[in-house]
Amino acid sequence: MQKGLVMTGNIRLQELAVNESGFVFDPHTGLTYTANETARYVIEQLKAGSNIENIVEGVKAEFDADGRDVYRHVLEFIHNLQEQGLSSLEAPGE
Amino acid sequence: MSRKPYEKPMLVKHQLGMLNKYGSVPSVEPMLSIDGVAVAELLEKYGSPLFVFSEQSIVDKTEELNEAFKLRYPKTTVAWSYKTNYLDAVCKVFHREGSWAEVVSEFEYDKAIHNGVPGSRIIFNGPLKPADALEKAFRNKSIVNLDNFDELQTAEEVAEKIGEDVSIGIRVNLGTSATPPWGRFGFNLDNGQARDAVRRLLAGGKLSLNGLHCHLGTFIQQPEAYQEQTAKLSHFANWLREEHSIILDYIDVGGGIASCNTLHTQYLPGSQTTPPLSRFAEAVSSGLSELTCQPDDYPTLFLETGRALIDDAGYILTSVIANKRLPDGQRSVVIDAGVNILFTAFWYKHEIVPAQAVSGTPEQAIIHGPLCMNIDVIRPSLLFPPVEVGDKLVIKSVGAYNVTQWMQFITYRPAVVMISTSGDDAIIRRAEDLSTITDMEEVPGWLQD
Ligand SMILES: Cc1ncc(COP(=O)(O)O)c(C=O)c1O
Repeated sequence: MQKGLVMTGNIRLQELAVNESGFVFDPHTGLTYTANETARYVIEQLKAGSNIENIVEGVKAEFDADGRDVYRHVLEFIHNLQEQGLSSLEAPGE
Repeated sequence: MSRKPYEKPMLVKHQLGMLNKYGSVPSVEPMLSIDGVAVAELLEKYGSPLFVFSEQSIVDKTEELNEAFKLRYPKTTVAWSYKTNYLDAVCKVFHREGSWAEVVSEFEYDKAIHNGVPGSRIIFNGPLKPADALEKAFRNKSIVNLDNFDELQTAEEVAEKIGEDVSIGIRVNLGTSATPPWGRFGFNLDNGQARDAVRRLLAGGKLSLNGLHCHLGTFIQQPEAYQEQTAKLSHFANWLREEHSIILDYIDVGGGIASCNTLHTQYLPGSQTTPPLSRFAEAVSSGLSELTCQPDDYPTLFLETGRALIDDAGYILTSVIANKRLPDGQRSVVIDAGVNILFTAFWYKHEIVPAQAVSGTPEQAIIHGPLCMNIDVIRPSLLFPPVEVGDKLVIKSVGAYNVTQWMQFITYRPAVVMISTSGDDAIIRRAEDLSTITDMEEVPGWLQD
């Protein structure tokens, strides 16, 4: 099995509408959100099926995150998506 | 290729009241300096956390209070409520601006004397005034407001001992439609107890009555309460003159005016719900217009306003020590200032702002203090921008009661600094260290090596 995130059954995330300015709309609930640029990047990567290692590398390449704990931030972000019911992605476990 | 600036990835749910008409999240304005002095510089110089007081704010508020009341009742005198903040430097600003001292213990009385306040400009209230404290106050011609019948008797004994004419005031309590009854202190006016106190005092023949005192309660946002209070006090003063030919020197309406802080139970911010001081002045002068005495006999009006004068002058500067996710998903920001130095966090939603430019989407957070204690919560919930360890924050409107009711618990109490009206900063209370605490302690002989 692929190390990292499992993409099965992740319809909610696929259907999230994200616009250029970070306005996010969930058609299932009608709820709206604001995503910052990094979050938009991570959501796009998740939709495309990237695993966490690749996402973290991608963030570091796109953004000036020197000295920042990007791995922790991305993990926390994924948990946050789960808590909001927007994703059934599993973070990598044992 | 140059990379874009990094922000921690964040997705924040829109809540009612959070969006403005442009659909964006309201921004938090950072506070970079206080009265022209950079917050970062203050923390660098004096350490974190740090209390800071603005002399300018005290001067401005005192002027506003005096103007509001003197315009409507010229014979007004403000007395600084020591218990609200008795740091010497703070008291000295109030005294320089013309305020007398209002004290509720012998300790506070001695502190006022230590600050150079003449005894005749000290108002001595409170339920504990031991005989020797009363003697000191009587000899100094201070204003003394008696609390109960037993104290009346002690006061008579002291007056007899010193063999001088002694005048006293009595504290009364009364109900208004806007304030819960505070019946614990003084003689009740509504049920006739206050009249009995006067009859008893006159029967004793050792004291004369020169004033009335009434403190309604605290954080009162309804000016009407003061109108009802002063109308009742005026009617009582009229009765004293008509029945007993007593002409009062003063009517003291206590403190209690709300500051612009926001109670936990309030939805709208205090800056929108607390009426301006002029409305309270209007209410008091309207109540006092019930007095029927000759124009020359109008009593002095004493105000003992505390929190409304000093809350906005005080700040806590603090640093972020950790960011956490709690098991239920909530975001927690841990700072180095706890409820041991900010007990008003239990009452108020203190405004907290970053002391440096922020970017990123605000997210709901709990602000925790540094104590190893579950109740150490500075804000149970607020929309807060992303912050990093080491970032500096400013907690606003902390000037009342915190530097008197703070606790030496778990850790040291921090330094307190004042910024002068000309923008200079100076220590007004040093930070505690180990010796502050151990110097008070003794280890008995059998425990010494
Ligand atoms: C007798 C008396 N005067 C004045 C005050 C000051 O009250 P505040 O800070 O609410 O204005 C108090 C405080 O409780 C008080 O007990």
